[in-house]
Amino acid sequence: MPDLSSALHLAASEVTLAVGALVLLMVGAFIGDKSARLVSILSVLLLIAASVIAIVGPWGVAFNGAYVADPLAIYAKSLIYLSAAVAVVLGDGWMKRTRIAKFEYPVLIVLASVGMGMMASSGDLISMYVGIELHSLALYVLAAFHRNDVKASEAGLKYFVLGALSSGLLLYGSSLIYGFAGSMRFEDIAAFAQDNPGPGLVFGLVFLICGLAFKVSAAPFHMWTPDVYEGAPTPVVALFATAPKVAAMVLIARALEHGFGDAHAQWSQVLIAISLISFVVGAFGGLAQKDIQRLLAYSSIANIGYALLGIAAGTAEGLQAMLMFMTLYVIDQLGFFAILLSLSKSGRPIRRIADLAGLKKDRPLTAVALTVLSLSVLGMPPFSGFWGKYYVFGAAADAGLWPVAAAGLVASVVAAFYYLRILKLMWFDPPLDDIATDAAPVEAKWIGWACAAFAFPLVIVGLTWLEPLTKVASAGFGNG
Amino acid sequence: MDIGLTHYLTVAAILFTIGVFGIFVNRKNVIIILMSIELILLAVNINFVAFSTYLNDISGQIMAMFVLTVAAAEAAVGLAILVTFFRNRGDIAVDDASVMKG
Repeated sequence: MPDLSSALHLAASEVTLAVGALVLLMVGAFIGDKSARLVSILSVLLLIAASVIAIVGPWGVAFNGAYVADPLAIYAKSLIYLSAAVAVVLGDGWMKRTRIAKFEYPVLIVLASVGMGMMASSGDLISMYVGIELHSLALYVLAAFHRNDVKASEAGLKYFVLGALSSGLLLYGSSLIYGFAGSMRFEDIAAFAQDNPGPGLVFGLVFLICGLAFKVSAAPFHMWTPDVYEGAPTPVVALFATAPKVAAMVLIARALEHGFGDAHAQWSQVLIAISLISFVVGAFGGLAQKDIQRLLAYSSIANIGYALLGIAAGTAEGLQAMLMFMTLYVIDQLGFFAILLSLSKSGRPIRRIADLAGLKKDRPLTAVALTVLSLSVLGMPPFSGFWGKYYVFGAAADAGLWPVAAAGLVASVVAAFYYLRILKLMWFDPPLDDIATDAAPVEAKWIGWACAAFAFPLVIVGLTWLEPLTKVASAGFGNG
Repeated sequence: MDIGLTHYLTVAAILFTIGVFGIFVNRKNVIIILMSIELILLAVNINFVAFSTYLNDISGQIMAMFVLTVAAAEAAVGLAILVTFFRNRGDIAVDDASVMKG
């Protein structure tokens, strides 16, 4: 029976965030740009509160199937909200130092989080689209947040144009799926796809996957990624690399498994093709890069390929592997960006890879942390990145996708080159100049060190927590 | 001649294709890209409304309303970003958006 109060109770975390964002906007509007620090603190508290509300909240389906609060959504939401909170913390200090502190930054992140929560919880095509647009519109603005910067506004423009195009593809796919299956709800679509996934439905499905692949920056839909990573403000990139990726990956998993569970043969081929291309583009594209953030863009393209491989397996183990992989990846990325944010020379942020030369003399602890994080993203055992890949390749091999898993291994060996180059520069090369790095901002330094400590050795303890959690979150998915 | 579902779908497919080509082929002006995006969204709306009538199901028309609303918001955000771009570069030619390679 549709009952508004119980439905709102299920969606309490999004309601809290949406109302909170409006309140914070009013606070900012009344106090002005001086309130940037206050609004940041309040948004961090709001995001933490929303993730607590999501975790303790009830499970169920609301709004006629449009909103789903199941363990998968709750797991994804707590990860999304917490990484968004870290991005707010990182951004607050950075914006102040570059003198563009504005209270809109945390508010936009909160609004984007509402959309990302909706994506993780969507149960039909309408809430999926609204969630995607809600988060995309906020992210377009964030990409161009440094509005006097040529690169930032260009990054915003490129992200906007390609993002809008991808939304168009996704919508066109949705319209075909709606027309041929006769319903917006994933459940009804699944019931229809079971009998005959005709050409119209498969055509719509391919468009839908293309649109979503844009959002996770999987190749061959990755053209925006390097430019946006290079041009957008660094804390914004730290957000781009983490929370929206998790939301879109969970959305892909849910749309495909819930909506097209029995058409697995059709969509897994598309996903495998996309992840193979992502391996190649990510591994080889990164080799020639000089800008650290461009390098990280290619690294994220390759890593999204691994995560998609988990979904392509189409099993509960595959989904669990994807969740583990994304969790560990998000922590690695946040650490990496936090350390980048903590490094600057005479007030200018370090942007070129060559600037890292001789870092061990200047900042030995930070060099150690960056080494741990690089080895982790590279997938070296026993660091956290290795465990993520271990689960994904294991699940893929169990589902009979071992040739693809082997290709992924080869790609990560190629990609190892550019991480090892960073290590060589930091530890063995002499510094480029005699200018010492500036004193590191406290919050970025500590977040970076904490993430590095998680990548190893805390990950060993973390895994014993993560494995049962992701198992619950992925239960009931897949065909077997 | 009766105008049936196929006709609507054909028109929508043609408009959608024009929109996609408008984004990729156009080398002149970013405003034209914004117009192409609008064209894509409207093509999708034709699809939704045609299917909604054909299936006798209201949710397609609800979706069309959402798409219209989002299209308006998207145009607003797009133009705002375009204005900041114009302020920094003094031009909105597509070829100018190339400070970063790629």
